[in-house]
Amino acid sequence: MKAFSELIVKLGSSTKTNEKLEALSHYFATADDADKVWVIALFSGRRPKRIISSSFLQLWCLEITDLPAWLFEECYHTVGDLAETIALLLPERTGALRNAGLAFIISQLTALEKQDENAKKDFIVRTWLQMNKDDRFVFNKLLTGNFRIGVSQKMIVNALAKTVNLEPNIIAHRISGNWNPFTTSFNELLSDQLSAVDYSKPYPFYLAYALDTEVSDLGREEEWQAEWKWDGIRGQLIKRSNEIFVWSRGEELMTEKFPEYDDLRSLLPEGLVLDGEIIPSIDKKPLPFALLQTRIGRKNITKKNLQDAPIAFFAYDVLEYNGIDYRNQSLCQRRIILEEIVASVNHPVLLISPIVEFSTWQQLAHIRNSSRDMGAEGIMLKRKSSTYQAGRKVGDWWKWKIDPLVIDAVMIYAQKGHGRRSNLYTDYTFAVKDGDKLVTFTKAYSGLTDKEFAEVDAFVKRNSLEKFGPVRTVKPELVFEIAFEGIAASSRHKSGVALRFPRINRWRQDKKPGEINTLDDLKKMLDAYGKT
Amino acid sequence: MQLIEFTESGLYCRQGDFYIDPWQPVNKAIITHAHSDHAKPGSRHYLCHHFTAPLLKLRLGDISIQSLEWNEEITINNVKVSLHPAGHIIGSSQIRISFNDDIWVVSGDYKVEDDGISGAFEPVRCNTFISESTFGLPLYKWKKQEVIYENIRQWITESHQSGKTPVIIAYSLGKAQRVLQCISTITDNIFAHGAIWNTQQALLTAGWKLPAIKRVIPEMPKEVFKNSVIIAPPSADGTPWMKKFSPYSIGVCSGWMQVRGNVRRKNADAGFALSDHADWDGLLSAVKATGADKVFVTHGFQSAFSRYLNENGILSAEVKTAYGGEEEEQEKPSTTTEQENEINTAGE
Repeated sequence: MKAFSELIVKLGSSTKTNEKLEALSHYFATADDADKVWVIALFSGRRPKRIISSSFLQLWCLEITDLPAWLFEECYHTVGDLAETIALLLPERTGALRNAGLAFIISQLTALEKQDENAKKDFIVRTWLQMNKDDRFVFNKLLTGNFRIGVSQKMIVNALAKTVNLEPNIIAHRISGNWNPFTTSFNELLSDQLSAVDYSKPYPFYLAYALDTEVSDLGREEEWQAEWKWDGIRGQLIKRSNEIFVWSRGEELMTEKFPEYDDLRSLLPEGLVLDGEIIPSIDKKPLPFALLQTRIGRKNITKKNLQDAPIAFFAYDVLEYNGIDYRNQSLCQRRIILEEIVASVNHPVLLISPIVEFSTWQQLAHIRNSSRDMGAEGIMLKRKSSTYQAGRKVGDWWKWKIDPLVIDAVMIYAQKGHGRRSNLYTDYTFAVKDGDKLVTFTKAYSGLTDKEFAEVDAFVKRNSLEKFGPVRTVKPELVFEIAFEGIAASSRHKSGVALRFPRINRWRQDKKPGEINTLDDLKKMLDAYGKT
Repeated sequence: MQLIEFTESGLYCRQGDFYIDPWQPVNKAIITHAHSDHAKPGSRHYLCHHFTAPLLKLRLGDISIQSLEWNEEITINNVKVSLHPAGHIIGSSQIRISFNDDIWVVSGDYKVEDDGISGAFEPVRCNTFISESTFGLPLYKWKKQEVIYENIRQWITESHQSGKTPVIIAYSLGKAQRVLQCISTITDNIFAHGAIWNTQQALLTAGWKLPAIKRVIPEMPKEVFKNSVIIAPPSADGTPWMKKFSPYSIGVCSGWMQVRGNVRRKNADAGFALSDHADWDGLLSAVKATGADKVFVTHGFQSAFSRYLNENGILSAEVKTAYGGEEEEQEKPSTTTEQENEINTAGE
């Protein structure tokens, strides 16, 4: 555990990618194989089952420290992380330091899964009191099942590439997909054997950067293929061993969430991997993302869900065909195969993401302006000769998004943030005018500089009504321009609208609260862009 | 009538007609310590501890100033006034005032651990105690000074081993002297930012013995700093002034470093929770040691600390003051490059 918590401390405090990489590769070069497997698993979102709810952890911490619950809450809001709050509040370790390996601790926790609450409490409390602060923090992170540590898949892969003698893109492929850290050894994970059995295994997604120069800088138009940039869930649709698998970009196996794709099982050829977008769609037309959200979070998809938000797969690439890896072929060649497959399947659930024809950049810019009417959020530009690469790479694929929608609003609630924003009011709720009332319509957490956050934080601390609890009601005085990608009707929000990707575009220090937009303005935007 | 009233200009003793740490110019000001949020310019007469006087002059210029020894009692308009060590920084004092049988103590900023420089905090019995609460949440629990010192020294060694120059961020008055005390046992190759160097000169002139430091001068070639340790105030962090130490590694010394998120926000390579303020247990023990039956809580987590005291049988109320709001202070955007002539002396 010590080696692992040291790694976490290093990763958490180092600001340079190189240092993080070094810390990781040092870990991979020195740690136990069993522990390494778990580090790969944890950092790629595979975590052990939670054996206890975090409210018990809080309760036991209160028992040990004899603090009132409200004070624990205050500490939690200041620290912004439950695992760390508990680690800080517990008394100093008294006995000898416990130094069990990561994999061993996880196996102990897993063994407790079926046991009663007392057994769990006994083990957890005992372990807490045998650990120092850093170990406790990591231990609590394992318990609360929430390991976001700012390490990308790419970094893990590159660190592994320094210790195991394999190409990074091969490693990326091996550690993706459906493997079990309890039963997989380090050698198995990084050898060919496993991928032979794992029929579900997706390929690492090729990700595009946002276009940050003039589009004409890309060179000659005929070298590029343009497509709509869809607003759905990026996914891989896989058929192998007569089974269908659907992976999200976030490496989540989502097959069961989309029973619609079942129909494709008998239609798709064996040994096929398609890359595309999972989008709600009727009559080959995409519907707003908000519809998809109505069914994503659900454990059981109802008939009504299927009716109200039917799903299609807008395919734009083929990565494997007849069991053969096609990623090194050019986009042009892959496109020909893709079009053939989609045409032969001829099923409304599998659509081709059409090519947007254009002859000049100017013309494409014009077409791009109609993205919203198409239900798209801009244009994707892909070099016709490009191979399908692994991860985010500069050069061959670009996303060229349209400008966001914007609205001026006033901040009326604030909450303290998490992570590097701990003890700073950085999470805000915004309102628009409705006559002489204010109506909240969105929260936003990002878009200000550290310096601006510090100023707003100072304002909140000086101008809030409450003293306790997470939320501060502040004087409606600060005006911000909120940017968002889409708008949809929502019965869950007082304002009647839900925004897609809301964030702070800029602080309008030039505007007074009286000059903000109105609920009517929002409704007009809903009429213009939010029609399903 | 309360012996001390909370007015717009600051804590005011009507009977004695003087203020303690006023934030507006007044006639008579008693100053707890020389940090800028407690010692404001413009008052006609100042009263403070002997050690604070030269620091006040350095900051406020030519002022009318009277100074006292700790535990030396004087009388102002029938109010007895004495100063008692607060352990916060050099010269920092609690102010005890009494009139008839009523005794009040104003803590100023304080810490209960003896750092070997600032004087050992002295609990003073009183009826009413006015306490700071900068770190008034139980998540703030400091390690022993010697343990933190050892961590700092180890980090310096590691930085040197990996070819980096360690840059320690510490407030120029208070923290910087403790850092010096910590690192002078392993190195005498220490450079300091102008603000810290100025403070050092004032302290040396006042007769303090401090480890020797060299001032960083813009013309110095890069090579000079190899294998040295740099001490710089928070205002220098992240400015072009740091460039010449490159490659460097930043270690921030502040109680706020107790929380991981703060270390990350500061872009620090290392954070050391070395504070000049009392931690949660320190605040509680100080309050109890006064025997006060009423406690006013000022700057910091005053709502939480005050509520906790009330729930634990100590009558308490919050008081709004203009002191640092060190909570905000930590986030003040740094715009300065090298404030050679200004001493950045705000609290934690």
